[in-house]
Amino acid sequence: MTERVPVLQIGQILLVSIQTDLDDQAVVHLQDDLTARIVGTGADGVVIDISAVEIVDSFVGRMLATIASLSLLLDAQTVVVGMRPAVAITLVELGLSLGGVRTALTLEMGLKVLERSRVLRQGPSQELAESGLSDEDGVRADPAGQ
Amino acid sequence: MLAIAANDGVVRARQVARTLAQQCRLSLVEQTKLVTAASELARNTLVYGGGGTMTASLVDERGRRGVRLVFADQGPGIPDVDLALTDGWTSGSGMGLGLSGSKRLVDDFVLESAPGRGTTVTITKWGR
Repeated sequence: MTERVPVLQIGQILLVSIQTDLDDQAVVHLQDDLTARIVGTGADGVVIDISAVEIVDSFVGRMLATIASLSLLLDAQTVVVGMRPAVAITLVELGLSLGGVRTALTLEMGLKVLERSRVLRQGPSQELAESGLSDEDGVRADPAGQ
Repeated sequence: MLAIAANDGVVRARQVARTLAQQCRLSLVEQTKLVTAASELARNTLVYGGGGTMTASLVDERGRRGVRLVFADQGPGIPDVDLALTDGWTSGSGMGLGLSGSKRLVDDFVLESAPGRGTTVTITKWGR
């Protein structure tokens, strides 16, 4: 009966948008599905959109942290996007800082984060110059990545 | 009174808590804190208490209105309540933030438990 959250693929990126109140089993399924899809598709980025999520408790928080570290082991970077302010306030008070989880305010900014880290991974000089990105744009390597 | 006997009971507990928080006109942040605490405690009731109930009500006391949630189970109980309320302490596979974290998220928090006698947690969030 437990629903499964769809995992969409756009190029090298897997996109998950959580739209409903998930029970714990669905959260575990999502973690397993995403891990399998990263390996199956060779994706190098994962975006998890939580803009419709009204609460993140310790169970969901742990899932986000686990996906973030799992994906790094599988050579992909995870960005969590769209966290509501009330959710952020509650998470901190709950005691969950989600230190290892990369976040961005919007989906668009999250995609930019992944794009920049892809450019950096593919080698320093050529593509960085071609893409017009530089350190002045705030480009930096993911501290947890390398 | 809501039965918490499976994963969907935790989801229902969140929904009931949110409905009451809105009726009590809590701010969005306060609503989110209460619902998050309800989620943690309902999961504890299910996972550690072997299932139980949540009783939800609006309460009026000294001119203020609040939401009160009571989580009760007939599980093994907690031998050392102070230890269980310590950040990071867990008897299971969790992160040990459920009890201590939800205490921080609400205004009143009362934990009653004894080995073999189950656990009852009563939380209240007051409107401003």
